[in-house]
Amino acid sequence: MIPQAIQAFWPFGIFIFMLIVIGFYCILTTFNLIRALIGLELLLKAVTLLIVLAGYITNHSALTQALVITFIVVEVVVMTVAVGVVLGIRSHNNSLDLRKMKNIKG
Amino acid sequence: MLITLDIVILILMILAALWAVMTRSLLRSGIALALTSAILSVLMFKLNAPLAAVFELSVCTGLISVLFISTISLTQPLSYEEIIKHMKDRFRRFRYLPVIVILAGIGLSFVKVRPNLILPPPETETNVRNILWNFRSLDMVGQVIVLLCGVFGVVILFKERVKK
Repeated sequence: MIPQAIQAFWPFGIFIFMLIVIGFYCILTTFNLIRALIGLELLLKAVTLLIVLAGYITNHSALTQALVITFIVVEVVVMTVAVGVVLGIRSHNNSLDLRKMKNIKG
Repeated sequence: MLITLDIVILILMILAALWAVMTRSLLRSGIALALTSAILSVLMFKLNAPLAAVFELSVCTGLISVLFISTISLTQPLSYEEIIKHMKDRFRRFRYLPVIVILAGIGLSFVKVRPNLILPPPETETNVRNILWNFRSLDMVGQVIVLLCGVFGVVILFKERVKK
């Protein structure tokens, strides 16, 4: 472990927590599907930064970089599928508003 | 030193994220998300992870913003009356967000968290469960937050209509 690197943990941690708060608020408050995806993306970015920070502090950057690269690939796949689902919903309902999606409740 | 410049970059990242959430136009929101991602890749370079930073810059900043912008261009914009109504509604819902974020930052700055990140020597890394739960607890926090992301993605699909 780098001794002065452990000093960097908590300033970074505060900002990571703020980014998580922004993402949660966006997901819980919005009714637009694309903006909900943007909130999800912000949450994923906070987690990515947390993993990279853990690797920097523990001096195991190679391990965490492998993890982060896998994570980024998964993130792109999830976003692509989610955007496809959103476009399908939009062509079906002619709207992106969650309040107008009545047929999804069965 | 590392910390002062990093805090400036982190504040820029939080501002870009707030812009992505608070702005009215979805197109500007996608551009702000790409900006957040670019600033995050600068932080990754500084945090000694260059390969992951290149991936973040090329894939998240490039590909996902292209994906979002093409999706937004496939949907039609609102009419003027709808925009006026929508703006009032949005302002009412999102006005608390900057206050909550700043209060969370100020509150957390009084707390001092020092994680106990002691790594084992390589010859003891045989029992995966022991390593995962006892020594890599910070990684477990990240994984739990990833799972929460999935759960909240499902939650928005089951949102009830707002009763007036």
